[in-house]
Amino acid sequence: MSDSTDEVRAYTVRLELVDEPGELLRALRPIADNGGNLLSIFHERGNVTPRGHIPVEVDLEATPERFDGIVDALREAGINVIQAGAQRYGETLTVVLSGHIVDTDLSDTLSRIQQETDATVTDLSLSAPEGTDDISSARLRLAAEEGETGATMGTLRTIAAEKDLRVIEPLTAGGEA
Amino acid sequence: MRLAVLGAGAVGSSVAELADEYGHTVTALTDSTGAVVDADGIDVAAALDRKNREGSVGTAAVDDALDGPYDALVEATPTTLGDAQPGFSHVEHALERDRHVVLANKGPIAERYGEVRDLEADSEGAVLFEATVGGAMPVLSTIDDFGADHISTVRGVLNGTANFILSRMAAEGLDYEHVLAEAQDLGVAEADPTFDVEGTDAALKFVILANVLADGDREYSLDDADVEGIKDIPGSALELATEDAQTIRLIGEVTPDGEVRVGPRLVPEHGTLAVTGTNNIVQLETNHAGRLNVSGRGAGGPETATAVLADVGRLPER
Repeated sequence: MSDSTDEVRAYTVRLELVDEPGELLRALRPIADNGGNLLSIFHERGNVTPRGHIPVEVDLEATPERFDGIVDALREAGINVIQAGAQRYGETLTVVLSGHIVDTDLSDTLSRIQQETDATVTDLSLSAPEGTDDISSARLRLAAEEGETGATMGTLRTIAAEKDLRVIEPLTAGGEA
Repeated sequence: MRLAVLGAGAVGSSVAELADEYGHTVTALTDSTGAVVDADGIDVAAALDRKNREGSVGTAAVDDALDGPYDALVEATPTTLGDAQPGFSHVEHALERDRHVVLANKGPIAERYGEVRDLEADSEGAVLFEATVGGAMPVLSTIDDFGADHISTVRGVLNGTANFILSRMAAEGLDYEHVLAEAQDLGVAEADPTFDVEGTDAALKFVILANVLADGDREYSLDDADVEGIKDIPGSALELATEDAQTIRLIGEVTPDGEVRVGPRLVPEHGTLAVTGTNNIVQLETNHAGRLNVSGRGAGGPETATAVLADVGRLPER
């Protein structure tokens, strides 16, 4: 395999912007100025974060070296970079929770996962065939930083234990060297 | 070789029945209430027939069998936890008489591994226990061949009942109670399935594996294992797993840092670990030869007896 640093790769950058006019443009300028080629912008206006910010997902192409420059420039411009590229949030973790998921405040469970771990929840599916006030299950997909999956699972177990939820873990978490 | 077979359940009676085919002579057979002993070889069929009709294989005492003529003691009494009795004292007795011991009973080596090894060190007899991990599958002998030092991790499915329940739940969209009842009707699950569905049986096997891999550096018993069973896993959990091309299996593992864990885990639906029905699988991560999978029938009378008789074949002549 080639280790050439000149190779252009695709990256995803997740930003959180303050809800003010001009913020999106201000966030995109450092990308263009530092040699990034914008592929797509997903502006989640309807999806405000717990801190009242608006998440934006930007796909771009750049060489690894230029990409580092882009992230630095974004941070220098005061833009809140939540995730940068695949190399940081390199591990996807899928877990199934079961128990009284809805009764024990699912949105609180999700917020706590976001706040207390370095991982971010990227997907959620709920199955409650007996109705939401009975036993139900939820499948969560988390993007965790490389090497942090063990810690993420540990926190998740603690949150689940407090809510008397059962966690069905993936095989790799906590099992790898 | 002359064999004294302790325990006339599915495994013990199969060992007694198959011993002749392997060139061995059964000189004693016991059950919980009696024994039959004959230095020239007992009549196995007659003893088992007597057990069916009258409740016991014979009128002799279990101690007569322990003190009787044999080269190897086959311990196939039910697995007990804690002090692992009476299995442990049977092992002790045979080793003190410098006889070999082949275990199908998991108790003594899961709960009192160090003591069994110490007794073996002071004895002319050897202790083998292939049958305790994964029935007919050659797991311990493979580890022995490779050398415990050359294996970093072991994981897998070592309980057929739990595997049957989870694979049926996923395939048919049925709930736990329904499939458990079906498994009991089929004889796959016992009337009291606690040992299987709460993960204890699988945990004992992984504790034994941990003991073998640690090779005396650390001793494990059931208390050292982190165990969670499959009881009451909702069908919705399996459904969500399937939607994501995964499924749930009761997976045990001995991690590289030496922890023993057993619990329901998400595994790829069509991956090697997702064996179906009552099948078992063990994956060994070797240091120099990548991953090795051993799968097959992990339980059953003739299957487990096959492992017992393979061990007998490995014993040195006395």
